[in-house]
Amino acid sequence: MKRIALLGMPNTGKSTLFNRMTGGAARVGNWPGITVELLAGKILLGGDMVEIVDLPGIYDLHGFSDDEQVVRHFLHDNVPDIALIVLNATQIERQLSMLLQLKQLNLNMVVLLNMADEARKYGITIDTARMSEALGIPIFLLSAKYGTGYGEAMQAVTRALRYTTPGLAENLRDQLKQDGQIEVEMARVLQHSVQVPARLPDNLTNQLDHLMLHPWLGLPIFFGIMYLLFQAIFFFGQPLQTGVNGLFGWLREAAIAPLLASLPAVLQGLLLDGIYNGVATVAAFVPLIVLFFLFMAIVEDTGYLSRAAFLMDALMARMGLDGRSFVMLLMGFGCNVPALMGTRVMRSRPLRLLSMLVIPFSLCSARLQVFVFFTAALFSPKSAALVLFSLYLFSFASAILTALLFKRYFPNTEPFILELPPYRFPTLRQMVLRGWHEIYHFVHRATKFIVAGVVLVWLLTHLPPSAAPASAGTWAGVIGAWLHPLFAPIGITPELTIALIFGFVAKEIVIGSLAVIYGLGGQALGGALAQQLDWVQAYSFMLFTLIYTPCLSTIATLRSESKNTGFMLFAIAWSLVLAWLVSLAFYQSARTLGY
Amino acid sequence: MTLSSLLPGETAVIVAIHTEEPLHQRLLAMGFRAGKQVELVRRARFSGPLQVRIGTTDILLRKVEAEKITVRRP
Repeated sequence: MKRIALLGMPNTGKSTLFNRMTGGAARVGNWPGITVELLAGKILLGGDMVEIVDLPGIYDLHGFSDDEQVVRHFLHDNVPDIALIVLNATQIERQLSMLLQLKQLNLNMVVLLNMADEARKYGITIDTARMSEALGIPIFLLSAKYGTGYGEAMQAVTRALRYTTPGLAENLRDQLKQDGQIEVEMARVLQHSVQVPARLPDNLTNQLDHLMLHPWLGLPIFFGIMYLLFQAIFFFGQPLQTGVNGLFGWLREAAIAPLLASLPAVLQGLLLDGIYNGVATVAAFVPLIVLFFLFMAIVEDTGYLSRAAFLMDALMARMGLDGRSFVMLLMGFGCNVPALMGTRVMRSRPLRLLSMLVIPFSLCSARLQVFVFFTAALFSPKSAALVLFSLYLFSFASAILTALLFKRYFPNTEPFILELPPYRFPTLRQMVLRGWHEIYHFVHRATKFIVAGVVLVWLLTHLPPSAAPASAGTWAGVIGAWLHPLFAPIGITPELTIALIFGFVAKEIVIGSLAVIYGLGGQALGGALAQQLDWVQAYSFMLFTLIYTPCLSTIATLRSESKNTGFMLFAIAWSLVLAWLVSLAFYQSARTLGY
Repeated sequence: MTLSSLLPGETAVIVAIHTEEPLHQRLLAMGFRAGKQVELVRRARFSGPLQVRIGTTDILLRKVEAEKITVRRP
């Protein structure tokens, strides 16, 4: 099968083009270097199946960052039939340098000047015919976002597929010319084909940044946006959640229970109270996750996250981190795993490790489920949002404390240089693709862990058969009693202790396991918890859940990204210690104050 | 004078870049070259990063790095 590789600098809309070509759902973001894993898709082009690979965005081919090495290695080991070079048309003046570097490698190239719509708005004119002639490469203007010029470009790609695949030299770096020569050639090409106005019009981005990056208002606006975001998720998410809960309850009574009536009681219990209750409870959170990612996608794709890096860098630098660490910390609020992988854009290893140490404190969507459930059950709707917001503050505080304590062991030497892309509003198509992609991943990841986890909990809480389900006599009861001396001082009951053990596997199964332990689902479970616990205990439990190890996937990612088992073990141990200390401090002082 | 001594809204011309090789490469890719015009758009609070504009690209960099780039008034 023929192979097409997408190559370009960060922020050229490469991922958007990839999505348009494959119709699939790659991540689209305004954050430089976001494509850290190689995405690939197969499409039909000119009657043949071709494979399209999205390479990480890089600034030049000389460099030694992980991404640059990935690209060099990829090109060397899998010479593409076509290298599809994506350049940002609005930045053609500087991005041409990379094209000239690539040209020396004798690849079979087609060049796409993306963001033609923005270039036109800026008054930049590019004579593609002339440029194409000067370079001897087919060049096309297009907008991957809106699709203009896309058809013509794809026809050219199809034509170019007929050429034979070139071979590549042993050492790619040796083949690259010195920059002096490239500069001369850049000037020659640009002189006749590109016109950029001396001063750009005072556009929307400038006006918005005037407000968003305001010396005094910038930070309050940033935190205001974050607060509104979470308020909105809660406001729209909760009614949807209740609806899904009702639907699953109705389905159980109307269809599934009668269907299983002929089975033995134990099997019925396992299927209904084990798997069905657990899955149904978790399924109720799907609308919430969809909303979360929808809002997060907007914040990310508009380019606001780079602004957040600008606003927060001064603070982050004092913590031994940089503005990018903060962005990754924010991405961690969706899921810690991609955020940990996103630290690959950092070149300095100490900076990366320190960032990876603090990211697991980000209150991810899986933990959010647990908190939403507990706040809904134990707090009034009025205070629920406030409780949730306070947990986000605790999440930040844990990260800051950890960074401050450990920054001297991870001294950072890397410069902080980032592009600030103009504000862009994602199209509906981009948002839907992104939302679908995230929910697919969530359900995929969740079901794997959840079904296994929930069945395990059911077995632990129902064996040996002589003991009453979820009583002190079951295996779960024994474990809970054994750990009780450790958890009693922080107000966590044996039942909740068992849920915490399963939360180690994945936070998605915490509520599911409680459903099994109590033999209740949805709102009935909430009611039982509200009867057994007071708000101080519930909050202490939420603090512990927030701070201790997020899940097995995060642990696995910590290990694979750091390539260091010791670092992974240290991250786990530190989060457990911190979780216990914070819960202890909260629980004991609340009790002392008479709550 | 260096890039970090410009005031917000001021424009200057890059004279030279005094940095080690990896950083130099990155700055080149971002469009920093001798003779290019550069504008300091704004500074972040609490001695945070600078936002500079070269051609059509806006770039964030810290004071430490900006001090390594010498500029002159046009």
